[in-house]
Amino acid sequence: MTFLMDFKQNFIEEDRWKFILNGLGVTLRVTLFAVLIGIAIGFVVAVIRATYEKTGKLVICNFLANVYLTVIRGTPVVVQLLIIYFVIFASVRVDKIFVAIIAFGINSGAYVAEIVRSGIMSIDPGQMEAGRSLGFNYIETMWYIIIPQAFKNVLPALGNEFIVLLKETSVAGYIALEDLTKGGDIIRSQTYHPFMPLLAVAAIYLAIVMLLSFLLKNLERRLRNSER
Amino acid sequence: MKKVLCLAASVLMMVSLVACTSKTDELVMATNAEFPPYEYHQGDKIVGIDVEICQAIADEMGRKLVIEDMGFDSIITSVYTGKADLGVAGLTITEDRLKNINFSTPYAKATQVIIVSEDSDIKSPDDLVGKTIGVQTGTTGDVYAADIEKVKLERYNKGFEAVQALTQGKIDAVIIDNEPAKVYVSQNDELKIVDEAFTEEEYAIAVAKENDELLNEVNSAIAKLKESGKLDEIVNKYISADN
Repeated sequence: MTFLMDFKQNFIEEDRWKFILNGLGVTLRVTLFAVLIGIAIGFVVAVIRATYEKTGKLVICNFLANVYLTVIRGTPVVVQLLIIYFVIFASVRVDKIFVAIIAFGINSGAYVAEIVRSGIMSIDPGQMEAGRSLGFNYIETMWYIIIPQAFKNVLPALGNEFIVLLKETSVAGYIALEDLTKGGDIIRSQTYHPFMPLLAVAAIYLAIVMLLSFLLKNLERRLRNSER
Repeated sequence: MKKVLCLAASVLMMVSLVACTSKTDELVMATNAEFPPYEYHQGDKIVGIDVEICQAIADEMGRKLVIEDMGFDSIITSVYTGKADLGVAGLTITEDRLKNINFSTPYAKATQVIIVSEDSDIKSPDDLVGKTIGVQTGTTGDVYAADIEKVKLERYNKGFEAVQALTQGKIDAVIIDNEPAKVYVSQNDELKIVDEAFTEEEYAIAVAKENDELLNEVNSAIAKLKESGKLDEIVNKYISADN
């Protein structure tokens, strides 16, 4: 009975469920676009680094990629988020969802880059040689032969990174962005109920991650079909 | 093997249970020391009005004051779960909160004020309609600002981050408690406080719902401090008389 009353106070009264629903929308939007940016950056950086390691070309690009990896992997994402909001976008009224997408996208890109590079390096050098002798140039061989195989190898690690990213967006509240976690915190600050909003938020994250894992598992299985 | 594991697990649980209950000779105060002049860091110490009042209460009760500095959001959870005895951070009583936590008798009066930039067209609380306003999540400013018409509310984790957003022109105004506001404005030349106050309210100490004994002790300690003039003495020490 008290559970029902607590539930009513925390989610029904004053339409407090809207904090959760809107927050969920923000979290999903930020995660989705950050993932896309992360994949784009990650693949480019990975190809640059792998090319340098295999052929010794692209020295300057490789240097820049290394700086990017060092800086991004060497600092916490909350700090990066605050720096992007308060230092890089100082004195401008900028959409906070946009800031969050940029910050988490750039952050994720660094991790995706190393994951994809490990995939590219895992492909047998014979594959590259075979592609080149068939008349493909370096980029075509990468695109049509190496990357598709590498992608399949790194999918579990990549899926892991996306799950981590989804949960990392919970620090978006630091720039007053009302994501899922912040939505729960706002309810908590209004009702002073210690756990119910927290547990609701946790359950929603869990549900999204379970759905994501399920989809990834299916994708992995479908990609494995070509092996037989 | 299983028995050993079971034993180890139960010992572990007992130890952690014991660790949870605070010792009775200590009075643990949960606060967020980013709220000058009520609680803030000075050197390696946490000082302020709330801290001194709690020290006085602890003295009355013959207990040793322990300060736990944590995120503003975690204070109530700590009190509720018994990790702290008192939640003291300029907390305001609202109907919703009373359902889950108890409050002592109020110990201080405070005003919510509006901070704007020097050249702002906001002259009174009525001008806030439709503006973008920064507040600290869960503060009284947050509670009241949500009722302003067509307002776009930005809830920051820390008061000074809202002020920082204001100095960078990201928001139009900040609603925050009077005393911290004065500190922030004194640090920023381009900011000012709007003359007309936003609301008035009273601060109280949060105590866990079932802990009536502690609540009574705290209330009688506050009553004594009020009577002896010690309370005013502490407040006046931090807040100059000219306001």
